[in-house]
Amino acid sequence: MTALPIEPVPAPEPRWRALRGVNAGDRIYRGTLTVLAVTLPLLLLALVGELVVSAWPAIRRFGPHFLWTSVWDPVAGVFGAAPMIFGTIASSLLALVIAVPLSLGVAIFLTEFAPKRVRQPIAFLVELLAAIPSVVYGLWGVFVLIPFLRAQVVPPLRVVLGWTPFFDGVFYGNSLLAGGVILAIMIVPYIAAVSREVLLAVPGSQREAALGMGATRWEAVWTAVVPYGRAGLIGAIILGLGRALGETMAVTMLIGNRHDIGLSVLQPAYTMAAAIANEFSEATTNLYLSALFEVGLLLFVITVVVNALARLLIWQVARGTAVGSRAL
Amino acid sequence: MKNPVPAGESGGGVANAIVGTGIIVGLACLIGLPVGIGAGLYLAEFGSGRLGWIVRFVADVLNGTPSIVVGIFAWTWLVKPMGHFSALAGSVALAILMVPMLARTTEEMVRLVPHSLREAALALGYPRWRTSLRIVARTALAGIVTSSLVGVARIAGETAPLLFTALGNLNFTTHILEPMQALSLQIYTYATGPFDEWHRLAWAAAIVLMGLVLLLAVAARSAIRQGPPHGAAR
Repeated sequence: MTALPIEPVPAPEPRWRALRGVNAGDRIYRGTLTVLAVTLPLLLLALVGELVVSAWPAIRRFGPHFLWTSVWDPVAGVFGAAPMIFGTIASSLLALVIAVPLSLGVAIFLTEFAPKRVRQPIAFLVELLAAIPSVVYGLWGVFVLIPFLRAQVVPPLRVVLGWTPFFDGVFYGNSLLAGGVILAIMIVPYIAAVSREVLLAVPGSQREAALGMGATRWEAVWTAVVPYGRAGLIGAIILGLGRALGETMAVTMLIGNRHDIGLSVLQPAYTMAAAIANEFSEATTNLYLSALFEVGLLLFVITVVVNALARLLIWQVARGTAVGSRAL
Repeated sequence: MKNPVPAGESGGGVANAIVGTGIIVGLACLIGLPVGIGAGLYLAEFGSGRLGWIVRFVADVLNGTPSIVVGIFAWTWLVKPMGHFSALAGSVALAILMVPMLARTTEEMVRLVPHSLREAALALGYPRWRTSLRIVARTALAGIVTSSLVGVARIAGETAPLLFTALGNLNFTTHILEPMQALSLQIYTYATGPFDEWHRLAWAAAIVLMGLVLLLAVAARSAIRQGPPHGAAR
């Protein structure tokens, strides 16, 4: 085959060049945006790196014992995070026990039962709850919630359940119970908002099929709608758990901040976030500081795992729609 | 509009904290808004590849990071090398909280812009970057403003990241390299303090802060409702 003689291509006119895909402006634009976007992964790397480096002395010193030792003695230089880990998990679980029925109730009411006119306003009010700063919740908790618990809630609880180890001891106010209740109030709007989006994503045909079979609306919700969205609802709950685990200010102000592991919810406890908030500026030795960094690292790892789990579950239900990410 | 007085005296105000919150949050916006919106535009316009996936995932991870962890990170990064607490470090911590959220919401807002608009602009010979900025981003503007307001509302009330960065200050200052008071920090100090007078001031500061945050939230909501031309945003 002989090559055809190729004539030199005349230089394209400037007008044409502008029309073809890439020009200088495009490259600069894309480059700038890429740099801005890459900031995020770099930030995460820096964050993790910094935490690990700062926590390293404590990690090397205490090894895995850090997780199950309950001594926290800055003077002797012995640190174990067990009470905080326990307190963090216990207060968050307590919050879930209170918040889950409430927020699922709100979500189901708003999507299935509420009159059309009140749906938007109520949903908006619930979202506003999420906008209230944590420290304001703390303030309210100290001056309103604790007196209320002391006067109205704890005495009857003690009468009915006083024989269990969970309601043992004297109630001074600042306690696991107070921390758990304030956390519950704070995570209701998150769980309710995401659950509502999940329920809205359930196709109408599911509902109609159940109703067509003669189910009441109540039965339709429980036999068709909720099971269909189950993974997403669990995701919403875990997302709430993630919030509760990392919540700092309100809990610090209410939970009592005592390095103790006890079953009674009436007793003071401690959380990881609260420990950092309280002790970080008082950490006098490098080891002390490093131990607090290790607490921070643990908290970070736990919340990342919990959030990743939640997201996977929500994506399963709402593949292709923007559910979940939007509510945040 | 007064500055605080020593404990035990009556009167006093939170003027320094109101100004401090304004400065710290404003500075955080200066840092956070361009990065957040830029990253969001990247995700919406070029984010289909592997880098887009990574950035999206990282934004979600950072979104769930406890704010106190961001606080100690900012401390090691800025306060420790500089040798003293500063409002600037507080702003950086708040910006770190704001960016991932803003990136994701901006992306969603920009994605709502109909493809036909983009195609029309490209067909008229607009280069991609001008299409993106002048047509797509412009159409999504109301949405982007909304997500910015929501972001600002979220960081305005944050306390935990400021504890070890801005620290708080009893005096009035506008110097961003000095420790600075913020409303949220002031509420924390006053609420946990032993004086009745402090408790009253804490409630007063809380009302101011709540007013600010709720105003932002309502403004964000009304920006959504008005919507941009062409009904591109929800």
